[in-house]
Amino acid sequence: MKKLLTRHETYVFLVIIALCVIITSITPRFFTLENLFDLLRSYSFMGIFAIGVLFVLISGGIDISFTAVATVAAYTMTVVSIKYGGNMLTAFLIAAVVGTALGMLNAAIIYFFNIPSIITTIATLNIYYGILTVVSGGKWIYSLPTWFREFGEIKVFTLTSGEGLSYGLSLVTVIWFAIVILAWVILRYTIVGRGIYAMGGNLTSAQRAGFNIFFLQMFVYSFMGLLAGIAGVIQVLLVQTMAPNSMVGKELDVLAAVVLGGASLAGGTGTLTGTLLGVALIAIMSNGMTMMRIPSFWYNVFIGLTIIASVSLSAYRRRREKRRAIAVEVE
Amino acid sequence: MSEDAFLSMRNISKRYVGVQALDSVDFQVNKGEIHCLVGENGSGKSTLIKIISGAVSPDEGAHIEIDGETFHDYQAIDAIRKGIEVIYQDLSLFPNLTVAENIALSHIIAEGNRFIRWGEVQRIARQAMDRIGVNIPLTELVGDLSVADQQLVAICRALTRGVRLVIMDEPTAALTRKEVEALFAVVKDLQAKGIATLFVSHKLNEVLQIAERVTVLRDGRLVGTFPSQELDDEKLTMLMTGKKIEYSRYVPEAQQADVLLEVRALSRRGNFKDISLQLRRGEILGITGLLGSGRTELALALFGVNPADSGEILVEGKPVRIASVQDALRLGIGYVPENRLVQGLIMPQSVGKNIVLTVLRRLLNRLGLIDADKTRDTINRWIEDLSIRVPAVDSPVQTLSGGNQQRVVLAKWMATQPKILILDGPTIGIDVAAKSAIHEIIRDLARRDIGIIVISDEVSEVYRNCGRIIVMHKGRFIAEFDAAQCTEEEIQECINRAGE
Repeated sequence: MKKLLTRHETYVFLVIIALCVIITSITPRFFTLENLFDLLRSYSFMGIFAIGVLFVLISGGIDISFTAVATVAAYTMTVVSIKYGGNMLTAFLIAAVVGTALGMLNAAIIYFFNIPSIITTIATLNIYYGILTVVSGGKWIYSLPTWFREFGEIKVFTLTSGEGLSYGLSLVTVIWFAIVILAWVILRYTIVGRGIYAMGGNLTSAQRAGFNIFFLQMFVYSFMGLLAGIAGVIQVLLVQTMAPNSMVGKELDVLAAVVLGGASLAGGTGTLTGTLLGVALIAIMSNGMTMMRIPSFWYNVFIGLTIIASVSLSAYRRRREKRRAIAVEVE
Repeated sequence: MSEDAFLSMRNISKRYVGVQALDSVDFQVNKGEIHCLVGENGSGKSTLIKIISGAVSPDEGAHIEIDGETFHDYQAIDAIRKGIEVIYQDLSLFPNLTVAENIALSHIIAEGNRFIRWGEVQRIARQAMDRIGVNIPLTELVGDLSVADQQLVAICRALTRGVRLVIMDEPTAALTRKEVEALFAVVKDLQAKGIATLFVSHKLNEVLQIAERVTVLRDGRLVGTFPSQELDDEKLTMLMTGKKIEYSRYVPEAQQADVLLEVRALSRRGNFKDISLQLRRGEILGITGLLGSGRTELALALFGVNPADSGEILVEGKPVRIASVQDALRLGIGYVPENRLVQGLIMPQSVGKNIVLTVLRRLLNRLGLIDADKTRDTINRWIEDLSIRVPAVDSPVQTLSGGNQQRVVLAKWMATQPKILILDGPTIGIDVAAKSAIHEIIRDLARRDIGIIVISDEVSEVYRNCGRIIVMHKGRFIAEFDAAQCTEEEIQECINRAGE
């Protein structure tokens, strides 16, 4: 219990509960299974991004370019699928390959030219997105293959609401959760995962301990790229349109969610539980405000305030602990 | 090579561009021996360590033999295979990971596993800790531990890999006396298990306490390896520096100068309690005690960083309030943290720029820009006053002789015109020769009528430089000594007794 109180995740969880109670007391429509499943479906896109960002942050880096990677991957997938046909498997495969390749390029630039990851990925965001805009001419694609459109609507099980509408757990959500489990296994039970934590905690020590830093960095950024590719496909599945300008610009929302979940920009810390809670918090705030009919531009203000509150709370706790540590035992 | 040698190195040289870091050094560590490597900065200690660990390869003609095996192309992996572990000064730990993982991780990597079994991690960590009889909670984050415990974690980590020789680089730099004793007990324990330890240290009294043999390097050359019974502080200093360093006692000239600073019943919750002291013009007052006795906290209160809760402070007889650093500076109180006294010089910059660095604010003209005339006057005044011999005011400090460099440091502090200077650990991590030069600076400052408080955990330092010495323990003054009428041992004894 005492241990639980020292964890950042606990506080985020309490805030989420408080938020749920407030929203439900105003709009009972919020606290329904129907709304829950809907949120789980529409936020799977952000949730998958967040996992990749978590990996990068733990390793001590940062990635800004993932939305551009996702756009390029999804666009390639759409064009190839329309032109040559295929199925869901090839669709995911194409996006995954493109995403991973772009992620590897990021890692290579960061490692070989020794450029800070934030600079590198701001640059590659512009390069990837710029090239895509030139090639695609910024045109939206609506006429997606039928098999693609149907996949987005698959539900693992369905329920019927009081008004006779059917709803249920989307397959898209299942994909998200599968990735969460995969990521959890990697972080917790593989040497690579522990290496990512070690590298973020102290790079020199990680080197001395025998970790292959080049490999770890490659892994982290290509994993981010891979997840960006998958998230790109999911976005297209969700909105049933390939809109080249729909994803770029959402980077900071995702970063915000991961930071809210307790990951540090300094590297070395962050958990999947925290990240999931961070995404949940952002989802609930946004959804709740819509339901309470608060104008959407307030959303940004609230997100900003929440980030400041959350980060200063943990900074305050750290300072208090430190102060306790240096106090002299006066007799 | 003798029977019991574990590591034997002959004719080790290393030349970097323009610098002969090591010049045909012979070095030997026996099985299960506690050996110390000493030398001043730039003597080649760290190069030798890097060669032993395989991080740097020696020049042509070197002969390296470990445990009976001769190596021609010695690499880091050979060192690891032969059980040589270096614990660097930064300890190379992961603050964000648990104790157990820090201990076990490199072992698990070395075994080439892809997955981590947490039971295994716990087992390895527990086993390593049992070997030296320590008990640190396995699930604690290493970043939350004290430096001493972190060090033990680093030692435990070394133990997981069948270590035969542990090399510790300045292991005691951040430890309290008690923690040093505990560390030494662990080292003795390792010895009983046949594991050799090589210490690299500046603290001569500790070196002599623990080591069986001491190897001294000077300017990249081997001075010799000596059994520690044959050495004492003075002899060792002589071997390291090549010259005899006089440990003179400072005797203040005017005993009855007026009181500069008076503190009455000063307290701050959780820091110190009921502190009263007087500091006279030109006096050097020593405050000693164990780490965490409230010494630094007191200094920070006098400097306005963490103001006191209650009590009175009088400067030159007038009651004052010190609520901020600005207040302290206005009253002429200066605070110099750990060894800033030497680090304060910017070597490639000119003598003049170094001198005025701390007083730029006073040199501003009405537009808020630095006034060239005022600057020149200030510089000239201090160069003349302290008779610093310089080719020109714009020659870089690094071209000056050591003695003149010290005068530049002195000029820099004199230019701030302080009345009271608090020096917190003025010689931490500094080698012997530089140390006595700093003591000379401190005495010079006192001769110029500045009241000085020296805070140090080295009893010999306060004993030699201060007229009066106050011992602090748990936030209180527990004893006061007149240096002229007591011995160094009496003070040490007092501190030890309090610590028990």
